[in-house]
Amino acid sequence: MPRAILYDSTLCIGCRACEGACAKRWGLPYNDKVAAEETISAHKLTTIVTHGDHFCRRLCMNCLQPACASVCPVGALQKTALGPVTYDAAKCIGCRYCMQACPFQVPTYEWSSRLPRMRKCDMCSARQSGGKLTACAEICPTGATFNGERNALIAEARSRLAAKPDQYYQKIYGLSEVGGTSVFFLSAVPFEQIGLRTNVPREPLPMLTWRVLELLPDVVSTGSVLLGGIWWITNRRAEVARKEGPHK
Amino acid sequence: MMAGVPKRLPRITVWRAIFAAILLSGAYATYLRVVYGLGGSTNLSDKFPWGLWIGFDVMCGVGLAAGGFTLVAMVHIFNIKQYRPVLRPAILTAFLGYLLVTLGLLYDVGRPDRMWHPLVMWNPHSVMFEVAWCVTLYSTVLFLEFLPIVFERFGLHKPIEWIHRISVPMMILGVLLSTLHQSSLGTLFLIVPEKLYPLWYTPVLPLLFFVSAIAVGLAMTIFESWHSARAFGRALELPLLASIGRVLAVAMSVYLWIRFLDLLHRDAFGLLLRNRTETWLFLLEIALGVVPTALLYQARIRRSPAALYVCAVMVVFGFIANRLNVGITGLEAGSGTHYIPKWSEVAVTLSLVAIGFAIFRVIGQYFPVFEAHSTEPAPATREVKEADPLSVG
Ligand code: SF4
Ligand code: SF4
Ligand code: SF4
Repeated sequence: MPRAILYDSTLCIGCRACEGACAKRWGLPYNDKVAAEETISAHKLTTIVTHGDHFCRRLCMNCLQPACASVCPVGALQKTALGPVTYDAAKCIGCRYCMQACPFQVPTYEWSSRLPRMRKCDMCSARQSGGKLTACAEICPTGATFNGERNALIAEARSRLAAKPDQYYQKIYGLSEVGGTSVFFLSAVPFEQIGLRTNVPREPLPMLTWRVLELLPDVVSTGSVLLGGIWWITNRRAEVARKEGPHK
Repeated sequence: MMAGVPKRLPRITVWRAIFAAILLSGAYATYLRVVYGLGGSTNLSDKFPWGLWIGFDVMCGVGLAAGGFTLVAMVHIFNIKQYRPVLRPAILTAFLGYLLVTLGLLYDVGRPDRMWHPLVMWNPHSVMFEVAWCVTLYSTVLFLEFLPIVFERFGLHKPIEWIHRISVPMMILGVLLSTLHQSSLGTLFLIVPEKLYPLWYTPVLPLLFFVSAIAVGLAMTIFESWHSARAFGRALELPLLASIGRVLAVAMSVYLWIRFLDLLHRDAFGLLLRNRTETWLFLLEIALGVVPTALLYQARIRRSPAALYVCAVMVVFGFIANRLNVGITGLEAGSGTHYIPKWSEVAVTLSLVAIGFAIFRVIGQYFPVFEAHSTEPAPATREVKEADPLSVG
């Protein structure tokens, strides 16, 4: 069963425990200075962002049909059946197409490294396949970050919206964005007010390029016949002209 | 070709000084790139992962080298022998162009030591994977198309015959590969519908990229003939270039018409009322396409080498503006950031261009790039130059 994360902004107290747990999980340094950075970067794969009275988290959405994985020329990024979108640093050539393609601007790069890697949250793929919770969900003191089966989480989110209609903006972010993601957000206010992108397409992005790419065999076969045919016609004409030349 | 000026010592020295200065700054930028990585040598960021090295070196580089496949198709497949004199320079430009694009990619890619990965680790869903394969294969084709020039220089006739035997399928392959990756450079951006400004984002980007590549390939042929005529003191094949000018006018018209239809069908003309940087950049780009196209329809313009040259240059600049808009400026607003290339990015790019000009010049001098037409009926065309420019132009 595919898994997912549900982040409920109304329960988040902004303690940043998830940030620390994530840093520890990746072996990244975490201190007050890093905590104060409210952007994700190659040394901070998730962050809490303050929007007035509200908090929001940033992490990889682990999309159902990830743009990043579809564009990666070496297949370093993979959507697993379990849900996480994983990254194989040994394959990555550093073209950064994943960064360009991700509609949520999630992938980050080790810009100052001489042997750089792309970095992003992978929904704790290793932990989850070992039956454990994601590090951020495990440590969250209020249950704002919740990790479980995707369908169960959708049901849970729906019942929360129904139970307290006045406390929630009545939508689940991640259900239909780019064809669905594995990370969901609930919020008290409209999503753009907590910095979530609402202009992303509803359809999966990989379709946009695949529609063109799948024409490739047709273009090649038709093109060969066409060009070969034109060559045959024009050169035949030249041949005839050459043969007839002396008689004239 | 640096010598857009006559071969007189003092002026050559100025050009050489500029050339040396560019290469020196490029060398220092290379040092920064190697030692301090992309962070120390570029202004790229997590929000803006592609900059000048992709937007210019790759996207413009590949397009400007498109004359190679356009002329191969015209001369060898459509059998329009008249264009043969400019075929070899076009192939040389293309070959150098692709070499420089590859060199540029070594700078841009984070792990250049793994540039070969896409050839063994496949992801057929990735446009970049397709581009990587096409560019690799097409560079090989260009190399084979270029080899006869080398063999000829050293009087090796056996290998020329051998290449000649496979030349037709090879040329068809080359044209197909070019069609694919020229358009695929546009397909690359289909994945960013919410980032690329709607004046440029359109589902027909691949088609637009393909048609504009054909046009700019022709413009580059005129551009380079003009320069090499000066540099090597040859007569300009004016009637021939005038006739290429005609083809260019038609190609540009088709391109502009598709763009017009595209904006019309997407109801995007309203965007032009917004006073934004994008609007002005778009208008500049379109003006650089419309003006030379309109001019090229006039026989008077096509008959004058200087006017023809200026038109070709405008088309080239319009093309560069388009690629930079799609690859860089059109993405800034959607990415929520600004990007100005660092000096070292510019230095590397200028060095690549300078190296291209220099190698072209050296090869043009020592290899039979321009003599090829002497075996063909070209001399006749050259004689009509003054007498009857209308016959071809
Ligand atoms: S959010 Fe971005 S990086 Fe994460 S899976 Fe989706 S496309 Fe990939
Ligand atoms: S940067 Fe690496 S992971 Fe991202 S698309 Fe390129 S090769 Fe794939
Ligand atoms: S799921 Fe794992 S990698 Fe992702 S933010 Fe949580 S702790 Fe970090």
